[in-house]
Amino acid sequence: MFGWEFPPHNSGGLGTACYGLARSLSSANVSITFVLPKKLEGLDHDFLKIIFANIRNIKFRGVGTLIHPYVTSDLYDEYLRTTPEAELYGLNLFDEVRRYGLQARIIAAEEHYDVIHAHDWLSFRAGIEAKRVSGKPLIVHVHATEFDRTAGHPNQYIYDEERRGLHAADCIITVSQHTKNIITEHYGVSENKVMVVHNGIDHAAHHHALPHALGHIRAKGKKIVLFVGRLTIQKGPDYFVKVAKRVLEFNPNVLFIISGSGDMEYQTIRLAADLGLGDKIVFAGFVRGDELLKLYRAADLFVMPSVSEPFGLTALEALANGTPILVSKQSGVSEVLTHALKSDFWDIDDMADKILNVVQSKGLHDTLGELGSKDVEHMTWESAAGKCTEIYRKLLA
Amino acid sequence: MASICFYFQVHQPYRIKKYRIFDVGHDHHYFNDHSDRDINNEKILHKVATKCYLPMNKVLLELLEKHPEFKVAFSFSGVFLDQLEEFSPETLASFQKLVKTGRVEILDETYYHSLAFLYSKKEFVRQVELHRTKVKKLFGVTPSTFRNTELVYNNELAKFVEGMGYKAILAEGADHILGWRSPNFVYKAPNTTKIKTLLKNYRLSDDIAFRFSSRSWAEWPLTSEKFAHWVDAVNGNGNVVNLFMDYETFGEHQWEDTGIFDFMRALPREVLKHPDNDFVTPSEAAKRYPVVGEFDAHAFVSWADIERDLSAWLSNSMQHEAIGNLYALEGDVMASGDPAIIEDWSRLQTSDHFYYMCTKWFADGDVHKYFNPYDTPYEAFISYNNVLHDLRFRIEEAKTKKTTVKRPRATKKKSAEKKMTKSAAPVKKIVKKVSAKKVIVKKKK
Repeated sequence: MFGWEFPPHNSGGLGTACYGLARSLSSANVSITFVLPKKLEGLDHDFLKIIFANIRNIKFRGVGTLIHPYVTSDLYDEYLRTTPEAELYGLNLFDEVRRYGLQARIIAAEEHYDVIHAHDWLSFRAGIEAKRVSGKPLIVHVHATEFDRTAGHPNQYIYDEERRGLHAADCIITVSQHTKNIITEHYGVSENKVMVVHNGIDHAAHHHALPHALGHIRAKGKKIVLFVGRLTIQKGPDYFVKVAKRVLEFNPNVLFIISGSGDMEYQTIRLAADLGLGDKIVFAGFVRGDELLKLYRAADLFVMPSVSEPFGLTALEALANGTPILVSKQSGVSEVLTHALKSDFWDIDDMADKILNVVQSKGLHDTLGELGSKDVEHMTWESAAGKCTEIYRKLLA
Repeated sequence: MASICFYFQVHQPYRIKKYRIFDVGHDHHYFNDHSDRDINNEKILHKVATKCYLPMNKVLLELLEKHPEFKVAFSFSGVFLDQLEEFSPETLASFQKLVKTGRVEILDETYYHSLAFLYSKKEFVRQVELHRTKVKKLFGVTPSTFRNTELVYNNELAKFVEGMGYKAILAEGADHILGWRSPNFVYKAPNTTKIKTLLKNYRLSDDIAFRFSSRSWAEWPLTSEKFAHWVDAVNGNGNVVNLFMDYETFGEHQWEDTGIFDFMRALPREVLKHPDNDFVTPSEAAKRYPVVGEFDAHAFVSWADIERDLSAWLSNSMQHEAIGNLYALEGDVMASGDPAIIEDWSRLQTSDHFYYMCTKWFADGDVHKYFNPYDTPYEAFISYNNVLHDLRFRIEEAKTKKTTVKRPRATKKKSAEKKMTKSAAPVKKIVKKVSAKKVIVKKKK
């Protein structure tokens, strides 16, 4: 299995998904060698073997179009801050992807395996190289496409990389029908090569008791509406701010919290300020672990106004914590959840209408919360892993 | 002797259009969707009239003309009759033609197909009286049998309706109350003396209403001969087989190509082949057959879902909140004296609104989803909730109007006015006058 990030070194759903899937696969007696591009500390998992391609001198050049949402993790931010300027020049993300591929060739020749499973475009090249060396079947797993990340304005290089991986693959897994549609529409891939395996959630990780957060705000009768996600064009933080404006026109008693970081952070803060919402929208920064869980639980409603969302794990997380959700119809989760509010991401009025109703009606809030958290119970990594092993079996038959 | 007692429920709600919170205070028309969606009331009425009401009325008229023994009963909700007058007078005329044969009985129900009995006895009485007036006006008859919305029934209701002068009341022949006993006899509630309770034979009724076209059913295809045999089998251990169902069964739930019309066309002939069989209306059944035992319904029973309880309308907290908020407005609505406010508030009582908010079977895509014109129960709730906001807004507006108009002369008459609003009786009279007026206005349309 080739990946790019792994918890706790993850910036988004990709790492969480790889972790959840790999763990459940190993419980299903699939032995996994997980390859990551670079040595990371704190990755001690007994259920799989982790190999680091150990690319030396990884450099990431944060200039212009090369900064890419999905890889602008805090890890790379850290690099940007600490690496001397001189070393950044000449090398960029694409070199890194290429080197990862070269290293993969060596690793692929040394390891024993039956199938190759590569997650997202950053590791597609590594997967292709491994296939070339071993002749084993290649599965590429699409957690997001360039069309999602850029809201329809793809970077040509990345698009080409994705396309190459998709066409080289023996089978493609997408995390939703939504993503499958994008792939068949934009990448010239035949529909019957693509299998949909919806993501799951580790329920046990969301049910432990935690002290209540934001009690002082709730005590004043304020309602809390939460956004969690990278602040990038894909996630629609600007729509969230616009919806907040509309809601506050009717009900000033609502506090909006934005948790996450990303290249639209300053733009989003500025938009909030321009709309005069400085004290109505709180920017909580990137939050993880129990802090994030507390945030979910303190919220009256979780909103995910993504412009294009392959899946949307945060929505499952909110539900697992008993918080009702409003998700955009342009998302993978909206396919699998029944007890969720759904709007088009651009329909500010529709979202505002729903938010206002949830914060004003206990009946609506409670019904969505209770049934939503039941609804999410069937979304497990075990079930996702089961579908993957089925695909492995078919490829090997 | 085995009698067949057919009763068909005919009802269409005024569905609420997509009504957003931003419409509150601006748009006071809640039921006028003109889109292609299934919340367009006029569209739905025309569709069902074409597929069901008109062709089935034709079948029934033929049968009534052909078989002097054939009889049926209808219960029309008031809001259905309103929509016929508004959208399809032709269909109303065809129902009137059936009633004119003298062998079609009409039952009384709440005008707005509501759950008022659970929330306000006063409102319940107002609606039953409105219904009786409407039936008298359109069909020239006065019903003596009562059926409550969705066969929602308990002992208290039976007693209450007895007090209103009805001779018979309908209920679901629920197994958990009947036990080993058969629904094919006439029963009574333990606390009543005169009123008789007729119980739906849900097996035979559902064979027609639900299973008729089901190919996975062992008895498929259901022929009229076969069905008549099942009825014959009741001879000797039952008096009356109550076949209660939605009229939309014919042509709408069971499409014409299932053969449902042919089945009905042939059924009376097959039933009457056995000399001991005949047809009765509910009031005839109650008159003819003695009470054999008590049907003791402490809790409410209904004909909905497998639970046969109130859960289709009142199981999640959205439904409870919505209906609670609605009835909390009763006093203010009536005090407003504004016919438009009263009418809209009344239409919001129709049980279908709460049915659309039901989440019980939502995930399974079951019948609730089939019968739900909204995308989700949540959409249904949100439009409803927003409409309630607007209604409150109008009530407040009406209050301020009243006080501003009356203020100049207030000093002298103040005490008299206070009395008026305090005592309940005069308010009731005003309401009655208003509703009578409303009826006349509608006739002119």
